[in-house]
Amino acid sequence: MTVSTAGTYPVTVGVGGETVGYVARDGYVAAIAELKACGYELCADVCAVDYLGHPGRPLPEGIAPERFEVVVNLLSLSKKERTRIRVQVPEDDCVVDSLFELYPGTEAMEREAYDLMGIVFRGHPDLTRILMPEDWEGHPLRKDYGVGRVPVQFKEAPGPR
Amino acid sequence: MTTGVRDTSDVGRIGIDDQLTAQTGEGGQELARRRQTTPGELGREIGAVLRLPEGPVLDPTSIDVERSEDETMIINMGPQHPSTHGVLRLMLELDGEFVLRTKPVIGYLHTGMEKTAEELTYVQGATNVTRMDYLSPITNELCFSMAVESLLGVEVPERAVWIRMLMSELNRISSHLVWMATNGMDVGSTTMMIYGLREREMILAFFEKTAGLRMNLNYVRPGGVAADLPDGWEDDVAVICDTIDARTYEYDELLTGQPIFHQRMEGIGSLTAEEALALSVTGPLLRSTGVPWDLRRSMPYLHYDQVAFDVIVGTYGDNFDRYAIRLNEIRESIRILRQVVQKMPLGDYRAQDSKVTPPPRGRIDASMEALIHHFKLFTEGFRVPTGEAYQAVESPRGELGMYLVSDDSAKPFRLHVRGPSFVNLQAVPLLMRGGLMSDTVTVISTVDPVMGEVDR
Repeated sequence: MTVSTAGTYPVTVGVGGETVGYVARDGYVAAIAELKACGYELCADVCAVDYLGHPGRPLPEGIAPERFEVVVNLLSLSKKERTRIRVQVPEDDCVVDSLFELYPGTEAMEREAYDLMGIVFRGHPDLTRILMPEDWEGHPLRKDYGVGRVPVQFKEAPGPR
Repeated sequence: MTTGVRDTSDVGRIGIDDQLTAQTGEGGQELARRRQTTPGELGREIGAVLRLPEGPVLDPTSIDVERSEDETMIINMGPQHPSTHGVLRLMLELDGEFVLRTKPVIGYLHTGMEKTAEELTYVQGATNVTRMDYLSPITNELCFSMAVESLLGVEVPERAVWIRMLMSELNRISSHLVWMATNGMDVGSTTMMIYGLREREMILAFFEKTAGLRMNLNYVRPGGVAADLPDGWEDDVAVICDTIDARTYEYDELLTGQPIFHQRMEGIGSLTAEEALALSVTGPLLRSTGVPWDLRRSMPYLHYDQVAFDVIVGTYGDNFDRYAIRLNEIRESIRILRQVVQKMPLGDYRAQDSKVTPPPRGRIDASMEALIHHFKLFTEGFRVPTGEAYQAVESPRGELGMYLVSDDSAKPFRLHVRGPSFVNLQAVPLLMRGGLMSDTVTVISTVDPVMGEVDR
């Protein structure tokens, strides 16, 4: 585990050889903007992970694990490199800044993360549900959201949720 | 579902506290009237994607929000429209015959596959992901298997790697053939529809012979592939290559030189390279703008660095470029297939790692231990060490990425799928701006969304 050249956040190397950076929530957009200026033209993916029930994951020193994590995968076409940025988002205040101004292509991905995981992206132009119906309650990909089950026609079987 | 007019107090609805407390009513997903829309959202709906100092920047604040509703109308296209390739719903604001704003409304096919993936073991996982992009099941399985293998640290035998390449290229051809067929149908050529599906049938028959199923194959699995290639596969592949290669020239005669086809495709739905990159668009859509980005070439996986093929790029980023790219990618895939047939090594088709590979069928009858091993593997699965992996492959529609989080159990802790169709769909408002209503059909067609993957 080393510290990035900018010296602002710790980085590790992922299993695919890509750089993984662990950025604090405040400096998140600034760090992405810096990477964009370094030649990361395309934001491949934005997603959120709910680490409820899996708190002991390996993180570099100085990074306190929180329940949620927003993961941004950046792609540099010129350097043929990938970089992943992981941001810890606490459960009681799951708000991060939106990347929409930097990469307009994150619009649908952030909406998906909001819809399914309940992460609010500050500054997003149209933060509405995208996959679930607009009157749906709850965020289905959270770990404390049940899977649901199909009722089975046996006497002792548990009923539908 | 709440419909009706959104009231103007919704405009400043980025109030975060409200959104966290309110479980419902985050706002409508539908295309709202201009006055009831935030400038940011309005800008996106008209396709103003670039925030660059240079270039044709469309300023959302300069849009006439007070425009009378008598002049424009908002209409619904889909989700049950034959040309939307599934259950895509588009809301269009029209001025007569011209499209002013577009908003894709998706989610009609959402079945929670990412949530389902957390409930299935790694052995069962490939069965789930193969149903996402139902036109290129092999690519999904491949991406999932490679992500699992990179966390497991399992080496895949050479023959399995080449079999995977063979199957993915066959799959790319079949996916592009369906695209050629449906695109032909969208512009009115029912002949092309029949031709495309006829040729695809050959590939599906080969899939059935190899994997036992025609579409949701579950053929590529963590550790290798499910079965070895059938006897005489070289001849089958040679026949497929020769037939389809010859028939692509029939498509040329039918479509490429056709004046009506040209008028429907040329110069319509143009995209620039800057816009495509800003919108995270990949695949034929990005290559049509002249960016030579193909993961098979740029960041090779499997053994794509050992075969010769060309990355097809376009110039204008219009519908016709996207058509030409897909047609020529069929020819390039045939070129790769012929090399794969020559280079296919002998050996195992799955890793001899008893942790992930079930014992051979013959040993189950003879050995109690093998039976127990087989049973344990298919009921409990195998454990994958803690870690995260992002694996990307070039699907026929662009970069298919899977972000896999493991917590040292037999089931994925989280599987996120970056569907290329899902991301590419964001380019639709831009491609349609100012175009004719009738061109929306060809634009949706050349973006090539597969709704199973968009909604997952």
